[in-house]
Amino acid sequence: MADFGGSDLEALRSEARTWIEANFPAELKGRPNPMMREERSTPSAAQEAWRKAMGEKGWGVPTWPAQYGGGGLSAAEGRVIQQELGRAGAYNPIGGMGVMMFGPTLLEYGTEAQKQEHIPKIVKGEVQWCQGFSEPGAGSDLAALSTKCEDKGDHFLINGQKIWTSGAQFADWCFCLVRTDTSKKHEGISFVLFTMHQPGVEVRPIPLIAGNSPFCETFFTDARAEKKDLVGPLNGGWTIAKRLLQHERGGLSGGGGGFGGGRGLVELAKHYVGVDDQGRIADPDLRTRITALEIEGRSFQQTAVRAMLESKGNSGPSAATSIMKNAGTQWMQARHEITLEIMGHQGLGWEGEDFTAEELGAVRGWLGGKAFTIYGGSQEVQSNIISKRILGLPDLTQHT
Amino acid sequence: MAVLNEEQSMLRDAAKSWTQEKSPVTAFRKMRDSGVEIGFDASAWTEMAEMGWAGVIIPEEFGGSDFGYLSMGLILEELGRTLTASPLLASGLGAASALVLGGTSAQKSEWLPKIAEGTAIGALAVDEGAHHAPEKVALAATKSGAGYSLSGTKTFVLEGLAANVLIVSARTSGKPGDKDGITLFVVPADAKGISRKRLALADSRGGANITFDKVEVGADAVLGEADKGYPVLEKVLDRARAGISAEMLGAAVQAFETTLDYLKVRVQFGQVIGSFQALQHRAAKMFTDLELARSAVEAALTAIDNDSPDVPELVSLAKAKMGDVFHVVSNEMVQMHGGIGMTDAHDAGFYLKRARACEAAYGSQSYHRDRYARIQGY
Repeated sequence: MADFGGSDLEALRSEARTWIEANFPAELKGRPNPMMREERSTPSAAQEAWRKAMGEKGWGVPTWPAQYGGGGLSAAEGRVIQQELGRAGAYNPIGGMGVMMFGPTLLEYGTEAQKQEHIPKIVKGEVQWCQGFSEPGAGSDLAALSTKCEDKGDHFLINGQKIWTSGAQFADWCFCLVRTDTSKKHEGISFVLFTMHQPGVEVRPIPLIAGNSPFCETFFTDARAEKKDLVGPLNGGWTIAKRLLQHERGGLSGGGGGFGGGRGLVELAKHYVGVDDQGRIADPDLRTRITALEIEGRSFQQTAVRAMLESKGNSGPSAATSIMKNAGTQWMQARHEITLEIMGHQGLGWEGEDFTAEELGAVRGWLGGKAFTIYGGSQEVQSNIISKRILGLPDLTQHT
Repeated sequence: MAVLNEEQSMLRDAAKSWTQEKSPVTAFRKMRDSGVEIGFDASAWTEMAEMGWAGVIIPEEFGGSDFGYLSMGLILEELGRTLTASPLLASGLGAASALVLGGTSAQKSEWLPKIAEGTAIGALAVDEGAHHAPEKVALAATKSGAGYSLSGTKTFVLEGLAANVLIVSARTSGKPGDKDGITLFVVPADAKGISRKRLALADSRGGANITFDKVEVGADAVLGEADKGYPVLEKVLDRARAGISAEMLGAAVQAFETTLDYLKVRVQFGQVIGSFQALQHRAAKMFTDLELARSAVEAALTAIDNDSPDVPELVSLAKAKMGDVFHVVSNEMVQMHGGIGMTDAHDAGFYLKRARACEAAYGSQSYHRDRYARIQGY
């Protein structure tokens, strides 16, 4: 792919290379990002040093505005930073929901004071955020949410329950959708922020079929939010929520490729199933289905590239964007399924020394991956959105 | 839609307005009903050639515009939308590619200018059975004096009846199935010993079986190198496959849009049937697959223009994906239209028939999945 201009980017590249060399602790080279793990151990001194260095530099979020501590770089420059981190075997220690969803949304909708208060702490990786959206009675129909928020003069009082709150057990703050008007559905929702470190907040992790607990039930009993932490107008939260979900779905489609960093399907199949005298995967039916899946995955990657080029070109936003979540997540799930099939009985180990890490990972990945088509707007909700917004078919459910 | 340059945008717009105004599906219907043997409307072809479309991949020195394969794909996509039947694919893309890639300068000078102006039609005479299998060549070319004598039969030659010149794959050594020993020949279609039989096919296009009975050609009829024709043939076929995939993309998109329009007007149970979620989600799935297929087709055409080493795998990817998607969309077109879609008066049947014909041409989905896997080493 064409790159964008020469010497300025090359100067930045050399600056980034020198800086990473000077600041990235050698002992962390090639190590996985601790943010990506579900159990949070106390960070090592080296991990802390690396987070602080990146936080000060602002390169964890290279394209965020410099006035709030971000890198202040263009998208092309941001890619250079990413490439140089990859080259050095360094992970990006700044991440989480604050980076992926809340930050971009607050930059768009927050007041100057709100941005000054919250963005720098995300940039520095000092505060972790969780998302209070889904409720037991409000899943795909998110706007049916009922968590009550009362105006108590100088503050808000919040009562209710959220569910599927990712990482709530590790979160410092919550961005939350609450009901501030019961007489209207979408126009009675507000978007508020509050600290998780208060007596009125209780978090219970939910054990999942994959054996882990990435999500929580979160209960609010007279939890308190400050007036200054209302984002956007009162009862104007739905617009902000929709925008935030776009950030979420963009991040969830996976972008193809680089799946888990493990071996490819073909390599796995050659190992577990063997090859015939022509070097083909020995099971012809499996070979055909692997090929179809490889073709599907590659056409998805080609579409990601096309959508990117089109959105940069002069033809306006690309219609291809709307299909990315369903196409990407269904492909990833199918890939998990076939990985297990390739491994046979070895692909059903739960724990222990009889199974390789790759095999155990495949099982957990397969089970955990069932969430892909449910969260961030289920595949059915995505299909509703395509039908109505793109294809112009009649909307019987409204506002999905 | 790929990001286009100015000349590509103009070409696409011209193709769009011409097909919509001069060659809607009703024109295809009229052609079919007329029973014209060559399987296309000769006057429409003249108009297309006058707009320069037959010369889009032909170098300027031979009368073309050398705009490239993505440009040709844009035209084929628009023609596919209205099912316009024409020799553009077989001649302006298939035969022209063979001559550009492997022809001697004498062969190029003789045929390319005429192909570019549409006064000569070229065709690829490759397959010999019911399935695409370019290495299974039995048609024999035996040494005869200073040249060769060709005997055998080629099947399902697209535009075979209208063609003035044939690009023929023949066996000069080895046995059917060997990739070595295949030689390509440029043979005038009126050469002594050639007989052509029109095939009445479901899609109403101009397919023919062509029999060669001791057809004498000179050594100067060899395209490329004797016995070493297969690599060139593969390159030519990859261009034809990418081109037909572009045509399939246009036809599939139109089949989908026509169906979508119907979902918005057909009323049952007191509401338009497009309000039913069972149909909405199938429509959303088709839209998703069409977007993926478009990416694959445009990537293959672009790779050809860039002379990229991964052309074979990208082309097989595109033909396999596009074939699967057109297959589903054409079936859904009939199903979602219900009874009206079963009638000959409706266009749905045309798209269904075109889909299957295009799927079989230059390798079906299973052919290209297998080829993709082989290229990838499994």
